[in-house]
Amino acid sequence: MSLQPETFKSLVKVAAEQVIASAPELTTLDQAIGDGDHGTNMKRGFEAVLGKLDAISAQPLDEALKMIGKTLVMTVGGASGPLYGSFFLAAGEALSHDKHLPDDLADVFGSGVNAVSARGRSQAGEKTMLDVLVPVLETLKMAAGQPDLIAQVRTTAAAAVERTAPMQATKGRASFLGPRSVGHIDPGARSSCVLVQAVCASLEGRQ
Amino acid sequence: MTDTVGIVIVSHSKDIAKGTADMVRQMVGSEVKVAFCGGNPDGGLGTSVSLIIDAINDAWSAKGVAILVDLGGAETNSEMAVEMLEPARRDLVVVCNAPIVEGAVMAATEAAGGSSLAQVKAVAEELSAD
Repeated sequence: MSLQPETFKSLVKVAAEQVIASAPELTTLDQAIGDGDHGTNMKRGFEAVLGKLDAISAQPLDEALKMIGKTLVMTVGGASGPLYGSFFLAAGEALSHDKHLPDDLADVFGSGVNAVSARGRSQAGEKTMLDVLVPVLETLKMAAGQPDLIAQVRTTAAAAVERTAPMQATKGRASFLGPRSVGHIDPGARSSCVLVQAVCASLEGRQ
Repeated sequence: MTDTVGIVIVSHSKDIAKGTADMVRQMVGSEVKVAFCGGNPDGGLGTSVSLIIDAINDAWSAKGVAILVDLGGAETNSEMAVEMLEPARRDLVVVCNAPIVEGAVMAATEAAGGSSLAQVKAVAEELSAD
């Protein structure tokens, strides 16, 4: 899994386009248990990322990730801005401090996950994006170096997002619904899954 | 006026933010700097980190700034905005865990008496006690 500048650029492009394409689905999910703005917020943020794609991909990888993070922070307009923004800012920061891809992928991803957890004062099991990000991190650790790592990550993310349906939300707007949040997939978990799947698809296409 | 703590009001709705600021000004007049913002970067319901940073700078005081927020995203975006301030200012801005209208009025009233940032925050947060 090498990450040449052109690979990174197309990876970011595919991921952003997939998030934008999933905006109606994210909105529908968020209308069920939140305030219904997750789709439009994510679309706004990733359109801004696409708008800066040339500038982002001209940076070294650590700075590029931080630029994505800052763009999301400044443009999303909901809690998901600081949450996703912090993920990319922290992942970029990890790469600025002696971490390298692909060897340290799990560490770098883990830095991002820790930042989301700290920003949201949340843990896995609370019906949030962490319920996809944490299982994906576990797979990245367990399956590091295995030839089917990407396929395992895809499977993990797809299964993890479904497991948010029976959970009761205790964080975010969905927590206001109490037991009525049960039975719906979490929109943040879904958007995390979309991002992870898009990155996997982009990398698989280049293997 | 830089010898009273500044107040920033951050709501998902610009109307709520403005209305809250109006109520604060009715209490404290121009003794306290008050800034407000509401709405996402497109102007819809939500919050914007860059608008929050602008509001903090507008309400800036050497004694610091207390932020009052409504719902989750306003708090998360306000915390993010504080972290993006220049380092010298970060420690002089707090997000209060208090109801937005009552908290803003109580905080501003306390600030008008010349109280410290910690005292202003504590008075606003008494509303969330028990």
